[in-house]
Amino acid sequence: MTVVERREVALVDLLDRLLAGGVVVTGDITLRIADVDLVRIDLNALISSVNEQVPSPWGELT
Amino acid sequence: MTALRYVYAVCRPFRSALQAQLTGVAGAPPKQLTHHGLIAVVSTVPEADFAEEPLRAHLEDLDWLTATARAHQQVIDALTVVTTPLPLRLATVFRDDSGVRTMIEAREEAFRRVLDRLEGQVEWGVKVYAEPEAAEAADSAGAGRVGGDAVSGRDAVSGRDYLRQRRMQTRAREDIWQKAAAFAGRLHEKLSAFAEDSRLHAPQNAALSGASGQNVLNAAYLVPRADSEEFVELVDREKDDAPGIRVELTGPWAAYSFTGEFAEEPEVEP
Repeated sequence: MTVVERREVALVDLLDRLLAGGVVVTGDITLRIADVDLVRIDLNALISSVNEQVPSPWGELT
Repeated sequence: MTALRYVYAVCRPFRSALQAQLTGVAGAPPKQLTHHGLIAVVSTVPEADFAEEPLRAHLEDLDWLTATARAHQQVIDALTVVTTPLPLRLATVFRDDSGVRTMIEAREEAFRRVLDRLEGQVEWGVKVYAEPEAAEAADSAGAGRVGGDAVSGRDAVSGRDYLRQRRMQTRAREDIWQKAAAFAGRLHEKLSAFAEDSRLHAPQNAALSGASGQNVLNAAYLVPRADSEEFVELVDREKDDAPGIRVELTGPWAAYSFTGEFAEEPEVEP
């Protein structure tokens, strides 16, 4: 039996699936909040805000 | 009553009960809503947080997003133990039960088709990273470096030596990146041949993932649950021990990456 290392699921792995995967249901009854573009835009904002705080790992080669 | 319905997944009726302690995204226990022989797993969420406007704001809040994503995943995980759920995208919300029923009616056939396709299958995630730092560390542990030890050598090296070192370093990095990319291509080919289906996700941003190295492959594979052990062994076997390349396996996941578009793509191997 192969032992697979079970760590807590990383947030990015989860978001890859929850924001880019899963069935997208859009009907007139839904609130249209699962809109992919909306979520992508928000996530991009999130990523760039993180980028501003964290220097690039490639920028400090000494 | 200002409560909305958050839908996690659609599945076929299942016999085993969900864990009694299970809670959903807003702390309420998930319930099963049966309609036309299908089950929507739903929980009640407050309109104050899940109506369009507040939700839009919340999605930009990393803490909120994290808590919600984890709670969503917890419900899907619990479902995966007892059935093969068809997970919906994060934050799929309806006004009331009848909205959920109408949605099921409208998509009944597509749901059944995808549920049939996914029956008994799970998703495994495989990522490959190029790690020049690890390779350099392994390198310098063996052979001595130009310019003596790192501390005193730093002041001593001439500008020319410094530039030469930089050039070598850059070349070594490119070399490792290329090796990792080639390795990832071969690995993906082998794993795709074994799996029922595969999807490539965008490589992950290191700043967001906190992982070391550069993500060169971020793939998902659809594998029959019964063949999972074999798949994991295959990944283990193919793992390259070369310094500078790291392979990470995650799963088993519900088939999030394979619910897409309800398309009836012919199952043709490239």
